[in-house]
Amino acid sequence: MNKRFTRILATSITAAALVSSLGACGKGSASATSEGSNEITMWTHNAGNVEELAAIQGVVDAYNQSSDAKAKIKVQAFPQDSYNDSVVSAAAAGKLPCIVDIDGPNVPNWAWAKYLTPLKLSTDLSANLPSTVAKWEGETYAVGHYDVALAMLARASDLKAAGVRAATIEQPWTEDEFQDALTKLKALGKWEYPLDMGTAGSGEWLPYGYSPLLQSFGADLINRDGFQTADGVLNGDKAVEWAKWFRGLADQGFMATKSGKDSTQDFLNNKSGVLYTGSWAADKARASLGEDLVVMPTVDLGNGPKIGGASWQWGVTEGCANTDAAMDYLSYSLKPENMAAVAKATGTIPATEEAAALIPEFAEGGANRIFMDFSRKYAVMRPETPAYPFIATEYGKAVQDVLAGADPQGALDKAVKAIDANIKSNGGYKN
Amino acid sequence: MKNSPRLSTLNNAGTMLLRILFAAVAAFPIVFMLVSSLKPDTQIFGDMSSAAAFLPVGNISFDNYAAVFDRVPAARFLINSIGISAVTVVLGIFINSLCAFALSRMEVRGKRVVFTVILATLIVPFQTLALPLVWWVNQLPYFELSGFSLEISKGWLDTYQVQIIPFIANAFSIYLYHQYFESIPKELDEAARIDGAGWFKIYRQVVMPLAGPATATVAILTFLPAWNSYLWPLMVVQSEELRPVMIGIQYFFQLNVSWGEVMAYASLITVPVVVLFIAFQKSFINSIASSGVKG
Repeated sequence: MNKRFTRILATSITAAALVSSLGACGKGSASATSEGSNEITMWTHNAGNVEELAAIQGVVDAYNQSSDAKAKIKVQAFPQDSYNDSVVSAAAAGKLPCIVDIDGPNVPNWAWAKYLTPLKLSTDLSANLPSTVAKWEGETYAVGHYDVALAMLARASDLKAAGVRAATIEQPWTEDEFQDALTKLKALGKWEYPLDMGTAGSGEWLPYGYSPLLQSFGADLINRDGFQTADGVLNGDKAVEWAKWFRGLADQGFMATKSGKDSTQDFLNNKSGVLYTGSWAADKARASLGEDLVVMPTVDLGNGPKIGGASWQWGVTEGCANTDAAMDYLSYSLKPENMAAVAKATGTIPATEEAAALIPEFAEGGANRIFMDFSRKYAVMRPETPAYPFIATEYGKAVQDVLAGADPQGALDKAVKAIDANIKSNGGYKN
Repeated sequence: MKNSPRLSTLNNAGTMLLRILFAAVAAFPIVFMLVSSLKPDTQIFGDMSSAAAFLPVGNISFDNYAAVFDRVPAARFLINSIGISAVTVVLGIFINSLCAFALSRMEVRGKRVVFTVILATLIVPFQTLALPLVWWVNQLPYFELSGFSLEISKGWLDTYQVQIIPFIANAFSIYLYHQYFESIPKELDEAARIDGAGWFKIYRQVVMPLAGPATATVAILTFLPAWNSYLWPLMVVQSEELRPVMIGIQYFFQLNVSWGEVMAYASLITVPVVVLFIAFQKSFINSIASSGVKG
């Protein structure tokens, strides 16, 4: 017994010693407040995204090795789903790094919260896709290397079998045509649901994927005149019409109220005929379907097809001790060859024509060029207000309620009430 | 009235069948995870609508495991989690049992109030404390040996100890030990005292050796949250080399998720927990059962 306990005690003491030694060897790299002028830290949401992280690291390495580098950049990668939580915690502790990447629609919120400082870059951003430059109150706070675009994928053979024309950028499907196409595709009897709208998605997918449909009906997430209320816009007649239409897709058996966890894989496994997704799925689908793949614009529900603008972008934090170097690096990273390297690695739409020309798929006549056209023609920025993260959450809840069978007007009224209360309680999110 | 042997055999067979059914239901997710970890994505989804989803058939390989190590520094994360969990468990056993011993055996004024306050902390969810705690740990002094000099800096963020020390003291562990110590006759203390033992000797030579089942339970109940820790390291650890395994699972949720890799990683990080549970299951069940009766 005595020996047994002595062992436990000895183990405890060893453990205590281990804590100390772990502490000694286990201090991570310096964060913003302790950053020296020769090294600055850059956070990205790409942990696990091997291709994009490698491309970003490549740009950083090239900058670090250049003789003009004003500081050494150190990359720290976080998993995307938890990235915002890490940033918010670091901000609370005053430990933000110098450079962060940010999901575009969140930029106004981070600028309002004083996480970000306005960019002062040596690069001219006027030729960039508008959705890759994030502005708030007249200042540019973030800039992206790329954007993504919503689209619909289908098999040419299925459309032909159903006698449905493929939608084109010149002639997208109207609401009636879409209804007709789904009816005919369902009649083929190949799938339980001919359409996969990714209804199992969560988080930012809900506003990113479905608010453009709302906007195509003529409604919006918020009244963009001053961004002070969603009343009459998110719960007006057009919005209710959207909600009824959306729920109707499920009621008519065209789509599942909860799709499979991986809609792209389901589409490739022929579990759906039309997939509502984004440009990120195109390469995988093309590799699997080859020439049979058709990339179509989203449906024109009355006000033209709409897609969400803005993907991940880069900004400089307000507490950065070496802003000059951070701005210098960002300017460097926006060179066409750097943007092309990142866009190529991720299959995303490069932010400028110059960068696109360096990627065969996005150059004129390239297989993915159509996404750049979608972005230029249809992109609508998600509301550029600090309230956006809250609006996105409430809209996401409303979408899920509508899909679950809630009264459309009631679900949207609830969202509007919460959004307006939030804006009011934050003093209108004035700067 | 006695059952006939035939009826009794039928009863036994029925009970056994029910047990097998319950065991199968409990095992299905784990079997699915292990089997899927060996299949390519297309096959995982293809097999989903048949019993093949639970069988290692078709295109079987360890490719997903190889891919896991390409995407995530899995070995590093595993070592981190093993270290963090082990240290938390060992120190947790020592500190919490000492606290419970004092509250159970020593005559200290106000100990009931202290015990009540400790128990009251159980109702505060960690999520409500997380952000203030981040601020606090960032104010704590940090000692670092640099050559022969001791350097003091501020802030524990991005360290191992910030993942360990806040979780050593645990109200539920104190409660479990306290309840168990209450069941050990106080006469043993008195006998030891007559033999000249002090409090610490009674603790280590009389009480603790009798508290094996409680220790096993506390070990498992401390190990599990330490191993599953996600929110806290997410908030306080920035460097990849210090991250635990649960953060790693998020590495796989990209726009095009590779489910085979997710299953392979999930299998890798589940194995240590299963091994630990199997090793301690007898003591664990004994302790839960006894503290339930006495509690």
